[in-house]
Amino acid sequence: MQVLEPMTAIDPTHDHPHHPFLQHHFEDMAQQHEASTLGMWMFLATEILFFGGLFVSYTVYRIMYYPAFSAAAHHQNWMIGATNTAVLIGSSLTMALAVWAAQTNRRKATVLMLILTLILGGVFLGVKTYEYSVHYHEGLFPGQHFTYVDEHNPAVTKGVELFMVFYFSMTGLHALHMIIGAGLLIWMIARAYRGDFGSEYYGPVEVMGLYWHFVDIVWIFLFPLLYLLH
Amino acid sequence: MDDAYDSSGHAPKHDVMGLPIYFGVFLALIVLTFLTVLVSRYDLGLLNTPIALGIAVVKAALVVLFFMHVIHSSRLTWVVIISSFLWLGVLFVLTLADYLTRGWLLY
Amino acid sequence: MTSQTYHDVRFIEPAATRNYLNVDYGIFSWLLTRDHKRIGILYLISVTVMFLVGGTFAFLMRLELLTPQGDLFTSDTYNKLFTMHGIVMVFFFLIPSIPATLGNFILPLMLGAKDLAFPRINLLSWYLFIIGATFGIVVIVTGGVDTGWTFYTPFSTQFSNTHVFATTLGAFITGFSSILTGLNFIVTTHRMRAPGLTWMRLPLFVWSIYATSVVLLLATPVLAITLVLLMIERTIGVGIFDPALGGDPVLYQHLFWFYSHPAVYIMVLPGMGVVSDVVAAFTRKKIFGYKFVAFSSLAIAFLGFLVWAHHLFVAGISVYSALVFSFLSMLVAVPSAIKVFNWTATMYKASVSWATPMLYVMGFIGLFTIGGVTGLFVAALGIDVHVHDTYFVVAHFHYIMVGGTVMAYMAGIHYWWPKITGRMYPEWWARLSALLIFVGFNLTFFPQFILGYAGMPRRYHAYAPEFQVLNVLSTAGATILACGYVLPLVYLLWSLGYGRKAGPNPWGAVGLEWTTASPPPKDNFHETPVVTWEAYDYPAFIKAVGEAQNV
Repeated sequence: MQVLEPMTAIDPTHDHPHHPFLQHHFEDMAQQHEASTLGMWMFLATEILFFGGLFVSYTVYRIMYYPAFSAAAHHQNWMIGATNTAVLIGSSLTMALAVWAAQTNRRKATVLMLILTLILGGVFLGVKTYEYSVHYHEGLFPGQHFTYVDEHNPAVTKGVELFMVFYFSMTGLHALHMIIGAGLLIWMIARAYRGDFGSEYYGPVEVMGLYWHFVDIVWIFLFPLLYLLH
Repeated sequence: MDDAYDSSGHAPKHDVMGLPIYFGVFLALIVLTFLTVLVSRYDLGLLNTPIALGIAVVKAALVVLFFMHVIHSSRLTWVVIISSFLWLGVLFVLTLADYLTRGWLLY
Repeated sequence: MTSQTYHDVRFIEPAATRNYLNVDYGIFSWLLTRDHKRIGILYLISVTVMFLVGGTFAFLMRLELLTPQGDLFTSDTYNKLFTMHGIVMVFFFLIPSIPATLGNFILPLMLGAKDLAFPRINLLSWYLFIIGATFGIVVIVTGGVDTGWTFYTPFSTQFSNTHVFATTLGAFITGFSSILTGLNFIVTTHRMRAPGLTWMRLPLFVWSIYATSVVLLLATPVLAITLVLLMIERTIGVGIFDPALGGDPVLYQHLFWFYSHPAVYIMVLPGMGVVSDVVAAFTRKKIFGYKFVAFSSLAIAFLGFLVWAHHLFVAGISVYSALVFSFLSMLVAVPSAIKVFNWTATMYKASVSWATPMLYVMGFIGLFTIGGVTGLFVAALGIDVHVHDTYFVVAHFHYIMVGGTVMAYMAGIHYWWPKITGRMYPEWWARLSALLIFVGFNLTFFPQFILGYAGMPRRYHAYAPEFQVLNVLSTAGATILACGYVLPLVYLLWSLGYGRKAGPNPWGAVGLEWTTASPPPKDNFHETPVVTWEAYDYPAFIKAVGEAQNV
């Protein structure tokens, strides 16, 4: 995407100079833009099914081990969860504003909004790391290190461990997606700073936004399921 | 089926969503988060789960429609989104159909 | 109909001009290519290698099964053989076969596009496949895995002493290869069709690849997450699917088969697409009921997602859900039957040319019908309870996978070989191979229906002595089948250097891929084509493009 296509066309279909970021197999920027957004939506469809498998498994076990899952959710720190939710929603706002800024040729605002998104994402991940360490020290990490016993209802311990498996795998998978998103944001920030984007070409920022918002939506569902339903 | 786009090479003239909408949606999302936490503090029995998930669905819809610009997007985008959730729904419904009917007695 | 876009100059360019094969030289021009045609060839080589690996395991199994006693291999080793056969054949051969080789090469040509929508992602797909396959090969040489290709828990997570983690990781990585390929195909079909190429003018191969891609996109992620959970359980030792620790092994089976049943449609749908195009080419007719065939691909893709628990009929699911799945499994046969009827109706009163692709296609239609009908037998809950885990099921799915998909794959390779390589294969050697494959296949697998019905269970290295005769026949068939598969390797390679040179349209078929040179230039077409003919509309095509060139 960053290579300047030679304007002297071996390809006779080009009788006008084209945008430097037009990939040669597309006819024009509009087709390229439509293809890349559709491609990202397709990818998000796979992500819905990917996370979906975890949600279905969680649901099945929630039905099977209702008291244990309830107790485990109750034990979670909802204030941290709610704060993190607000942080992530904020990062979605800044991401949407970054797209708006790119669409309206505001280079500095684009860079600023992308950086803010990255920072808020980082805050989320930092808080998550803190949460994980607390869980670990309470003996809630599943497997060999699991030493937690629920003081109200010792019988639910097995179910609590299963809950924690889902807690760590669902939020862990989510965090992995955020880390990947953070890496992509850094790349976007560099491109935005370089002045690549404008009203004629803002596809990559828009597509980045789609990905980021999707990760936010996953959390919107994870939060009540893992913190609030007790 | 294809969106009309002009062949001069310019990006399609997507409606640029106004700033007030973005801030309005953000505010709504924060309020809904506050609401879902508040409701979870009360024991409403069987209603807790549907309410919590319902609020989550509303929040997700706001993000999808406005932050992700789906309200302006092509029919194909809508089809992709709806199909994915439909397929997930198939996984949910048919799997739970097994679990929830295991306890039923024959005849 | 106008024909201003086409110039006869195109048809008389000498074969020595630059095409995608000679435009660039050197190993890195292949390993770093973004050309869908070269990537298709990279896949062709890779899946052929994996086919030979998987076939070797099959042959070793058949050798063991010559005698009722388990005398060639221990039961543990035999477990590894059938596991590796299944894993290699399903994940590293059948799933990528037609889509990644023929789909990659032909789809953009059929659409009049210069390449797929995301060429670099296409290359990434191939590398992911290679990484996954490498995991597979490393596992094979370091001791294998013995859980069955289905990795059922808790054996795979708690008890097996073999390389389960590495194998599932390899399958996980390869899954992303499939997902990205499907994504690429869907976006390309939606957004990069040539002017005038409406959906209803698309070749049926495109419809079936599109339907396959939808399945690839939506089913594979569920397998991916299931394998992740399996890997977590195996490494950390928690009871997600282990009943002793509170988990449910049936949940694993639900999640696994939610992918793996649609996976079989990933395997067969592209084959059906090949059949449609080959039938149209060698009867020189429009496919009867084009719209029905096109929409039946989508129907198969959709219905295929609703039937997975027929693999769990005896696993302990509720009888009520079993009844529902049994009914839905019957429904999915309907669109397949619609295709078979439409193909045969196309051939009715047609002047059929019996070139090799058509021979393979005839094999497909007959054998797929048998496989499909026996599928109905096992879809019936009452019958499945008796034949589950017997050789009846093994025969059923091999009739579809080998008698169906592999035959269609051979048909497609032969049909598009001139386009891909610019050479014709030797027709009589090809027909001989097709015959050997057909005879060998039936001899291998038809006895297995009888064996399964008589009660011989699958996945056992020993069996009751009364089953020996049929097993010997089956192994004899496998030997003939193996010869049938080796021959094409030889003569196709031979044809690269010595085969007759092919023109743009040696079969006189309708389709954009036949309007460009064989092999095509790097950007597929010299000018963006404009389509003015309906699908398989011979008169309109000839009028628009000029009289089809002979070899």
